[in-house]
Amino acid sequence: MKILAFAEQQQGALKKAAYETVGAARAVAEKLGAELVTLLVGDNVASLADELGQYGASDVVTVEDGRLSEYAPAAVARAIAEVANAEGADVIYTSHTAHGKDLAPRVAVKLESALIPDVTKIDAENGSVTYTRPVFAGKGRAVVKSATPKHVASLRPNVFTARTLESPASVSTRSAAVAFEESDFATRVVDTSLSSGKKDVADADIIVSGGRGLKEAENFHLVESLASALGAAVGASRAVVDAGWRPHSEQVGQTGKTVSPSLYIACGISGAVQHLAGMSSSKYIVAVNKDREAPIFGVADYGIVGDVFEVLPLLTREIEGASN
Amino acid sequence: MNIVVCVSQTPDTTTKISIADSGKSIDTAGVKFILNPYDEFAVEEGLRLREAHGGEVTLLCVGNDSAKENIRLGLAMGADKAILLKDEEKSDSWSVASQLAGALGELNPDIILLGRQSIDYDSAQMGPTLAELLDRPCISFVTDLKIEGETVRAERDIEGGKETVESRLPCIITAQKGLNEPRYPKLPDIMKAKKKPIEERDSSSNGVRVETLELMKPEQKGEGKIMDASEENVKELVRLLREEAKVL
Repeated sequence: MKILAFAEQQQGALKKAAYETVGAARAVAEKLGAELVTLLVGDNVASLADELGQYGASDVVTVEDGRLSEYAPAAVARAIAEVANAEGADVIYTSHTAHGKDLAPRVAVKLESALIPDVTKIDAENGSVTYTRPVFAGKGRAVVKSATPKHVASLRPNVFTARTLESPASVSTRSAAVAFEESDFATRVVDTSLSSGKKDVADADIIVSGGRGLKEAENFHLVESLASALGAAVGASRAVVDAGWRPHSEQVGQTGKTVSPSLYIACGISGAVQHLAGMSSSKYIVAVNKDREAPIFGVADYGIVGDVFEVLPLLTREIEGASN
Repeated sequence: MNIVVCVSQTPDTTTKISIADSGKSIDTAGVKFILNPYDEFAVEEGLRLREAHGGEVTLLCVGNDSAKENIRLGLAMGADKAILLKDEEKSDSWSVASQLAGALGELNPDIILLGRQSIDYDSAQMGPTLAELLDRPCISFVTDLKIEGETVRAERDIEGGKETVESRLPCIITAQKGLNEPRYPKLPDIMKAKKKPIEERDSSSNGVRVETLELMKPEQKGEGKIMDASEENVKELVRLLREEAKVL
């Protein structure tokens, strides 16, 4: 058996999700006694291979093309599928990121294989692999397996821990040639704008989110101060995004982003099922809300029943004090 | 412009779900079904494209008779007609995609619109899967769409920012919140929708690719440590986060 891990990079830098994908693939490969090959696709990406060694990649294949300096879905999907075929890979892992969830279905069609998207748990034993994924807005968990000889799975970011190995693997890099067609680049990214200096809820390790309990847009500085003390990203509930207090890019929940940080602090958020759908896979959840009956306390590991206007400044001061 | 919007119905987000006796699906008894919320953005965008470029908006759905009620909602929003591919099984995403692809190949639309994902199985795979099956470009999770002549320009959120994607018609777009504000049908629209045609076609699954072994409720977390607001308890919370959870 052979596993191919697609290590996602953006503009020449590996994404955190790439380490997680390689780490998860390594763990499955070890359990099944399978081989692991890691794939990098882009323009001048071979130099990233060594970094992947720290997460267990020893055999790295690169596909490089000047036209891949920006994301082109059809071309990257072709590269993954062709390398998977050439390598004889049975299992292909990508991350369930903006690009990963765009690519994995395409690769699955090309390989005539099952797609198992948004995986949060992998169980590998006795030569077979089963996957757990959240369904029905987080109200259910489906345990599934592939019904085809090969399969593709995309892994939810921040769920699989990216651990660096004590003794990194020594990496050997091979380059593969892919016969791209001109039409593979008919759809391509013409501009990428990353908000510099601002953490995004989609890949933050700590998120501080605010909801209607803050009463006015101006009061969000309380959430921002706590986030800043923690080095966290600022998130928002649907209610405050719809009210125009915060941009949609910060929205956590069903019509926003799905997040799984190590720590999620919900401030003045009641915890409607749509919100819980987007954050209940966080490792630790803290709720600050004055209503003890609010559903957010049902998923919280820790909670303070009280007014956000009183609790947030205390919490910020305590964190700042603790880090000094 | 020949516009096709693929729609599906999903359990209402706030519906309590229970597991069927098979242990592999939900018990649909008493479950309220709605038009998949993301599909509303797709229908709305289809209507706006028709307003700007002329043409016709056709809804396409794989499902059984019960889906008609929610197809009517799309018709009440303003779509011209609908096609229901009748499949009692609706087995997995692949089987739905392959049935949609068959009908879409024949309809040959200039643009295919879908919600970014349906809120039941949340796979988010339909758009890119159709792209491969139909050999057409696809831009997924779109928050802004501009079409000039044959050129398509779309914005989509990525981790830490956004990207602008260019493509050409005919293409596939999956709709994300932010693309537009879906309209609410008014009573006369709802009445008019009752007369719009829903063409039913027999359809069947051509095999599944994913096998569900078990559907279960998420494991319940133990009771959290919930404290009253006080300076002491805030200190205690920070201590717990540092020493017990080890997340700070």
